[in-house]
Amino acid sequence: MPLVVRAPLVRKQSWGDYHLFRFRAPEMAEAARPGQFVMIRPGETTAPLLRRPVSLHGRDGGDLEIFFQVTGEGTSLLARRRAGETLDLLGPLGRGFDLDVPLDGRTAYLVGGGRGVAPLFFLGLELAARGAQVKVLYGGRTAADLPVRDRFEEAGLEVVCSTDDGSFGRRGLVTALLESESSLRRPDILFVCGPDPMMKACAGISRRLGVPAQVSLESIMGCGFGACWGCVHRIARRGEAKWRKICEDGPVFPAEDIVWNGEG
Amino acid sequence: MKTDLSVDLGFLKLRNPVLAASGTFGYGTEFAPFLDLSALGGVVVKGLYYGPREGNPPPRIVETASGMINAIGLQGVGVEAFAADVLPELRKAGASVWVNVCGEDEDEYLRVIGFLDRLDGLAAYELNISCPNVKRNGLCPALRADWTFDLVRAAKARSRRPVVAKLSPNVTDIVEIARAAERAGADGVSLVNTFLAMAIDPETRRPRLANGFGGLSGPAIKPIALRMVYQAASAVKIPVIGMGGVMTGRDAVEFLIAGAKAVEVGTANFVDPASTVRVIGDIEAFCLERGIARVSDLVGTVRI
Repeated sequence: MPLVVRAPLVRKQSWGDYHLFRFRAPEMAEAARPGQFVMIRPGETTAPLLRRPVSLHGRDGGDLEIFFQVTGEGTSLLARRRAGETLDLLGPLGRGFDLDVPLDGRTAYLVGGGRGVAPLFFLGLELAARGAQVKVLYGGRTAADLPVRDRFEEAGLEVVCSTDDGSFGRRGLVTALLESESSLRRPDILFVCGPDPMMKACAGISRRLGVPAQVSLESIMGCGFGACWGCVHRIARRGEAKWRKICEDGPVFPAEDIVWNGEG
Repeated sequence: MKTDLSVDLGFLKLRNPVLAASGTFGYGTEFAPFLDLSALGGVVVKGLYYGPREGNPPPRIVETASGMINAIGLQGVGVEAFAADVLPELRKAGASVWVNVCGEDEDEYLRVIGFLDRLDGLAAYELNISCPNVKRNGLCPALRADWTFDLVRAAKARSRRPVVAKLSPNVTDIVEIARAAERAGADGVSLVNTFLAMAIDPETRRPRLANGFGGLSGPAIKPIALRMVYQAASAVKIPVIGMGGVMTGRDAVEFLIAGAKAVEVGTANFVDPASTVRVIGDIEAFCLERGIARVSDLVGTVRI
């Protein structure tokens, strides 16, 4: 059940355009599941008007974390909030990742591109707690686009990085990293979040490997809870393709259900 | 002292003057976690065509200065799924349910009304005369007084329930359209629907909406909406329901003073899902602080 809460921002870390907020919201934290998101008001006035969707990045007792990148006016305003201020949040929203699958002793690759790594920290810890062998594949344009890589390591999760320019980790796209890691050891399941072309490529790799993949989609959202019908994506289930709401039916979908731009 | 919040529209009594606006409140059930649906003056559910509708490709929404433009394309489940899955939930919740009635042509509007007329537990129909009409070159009936008249008259002749015509602001003279709806027998008019609008991404030089155009809503449109509600309310005797950018109780009170008997809260529901109940509380507080015994005493009291 989603809630509207005013929660104190208790800690803020920033790396250029990337920001990590920790806020205290015990009831929301209790209900939160990996892959869910919150709608957050950037300011107190009507400009900007709408809330912004942000993935839940982590949970620690009654605290929740979000990790986001400044991409426009709303997130820019949000990034200027300071520790001690109060955030206006609506959540947790969406279905999140499907963890009702065999995980114990299985190898799970978590593939994140840029800010798309946000939900994978919360997910990785949850998967590890359920006995999965977790490997995080974290890609960005440059080393500066991988600000939270240490957090995964500090939490005991294995991380392999790639950058487009080779400034950190392996040079090249994270999708190439996924191919090479998969040839070393075939994963049992993939979890993916990042830019659309990267997720589309990962879906193709999962199909070739014959490995199920869960993909977390991103969209502009008007409300976040199914009322505005603004955040749809083409989804095919049982042969029937239609516009489904990312906020309510997702944001996580099985890779095989997603109809990518330019297909069908 | 208490303030009487009830409102008599003539064809229907409302427990208070605040309804949730169609297209911003889903089918109503989405809001059950956030508020008591029976506390509202009414819930106008998302526009219904007879069958399910695909809607437009994304992007469907874009934010603009204190507003948003949408081109959802009236995606929806159709009347049968509404009757089977949605209406029972709304009735159980005690909501006063209005249906926003859509159609690609007059025949479809009448089939929707014919179907809904056989159901129990609906309070009224809001006739969405802003649907692109396949027999009118894709133009909507709301754009012309004669088209509005014809459609409203046909709907009234078919319907066993009150029919409120929802007017578009994208016209030269809103008074002419409101009068046409009244002459055709509408029980009331609600206004304004969204303003036809556009946003462009200067980098790609493409429209930000896949559909090119969309409807602007939110606080950005409130002053224009208020002016049009005032003009319509001054020109017709049937009740006027005002809407357009209502975010607060004070916004709603402005519409009442301009002549609206009730208001609809729209885009605000996206930002704060409990907006409708907050607006009701704020209207009551406004009246109590000023010793106003009945909220209806505010209606049409603008001093000009």
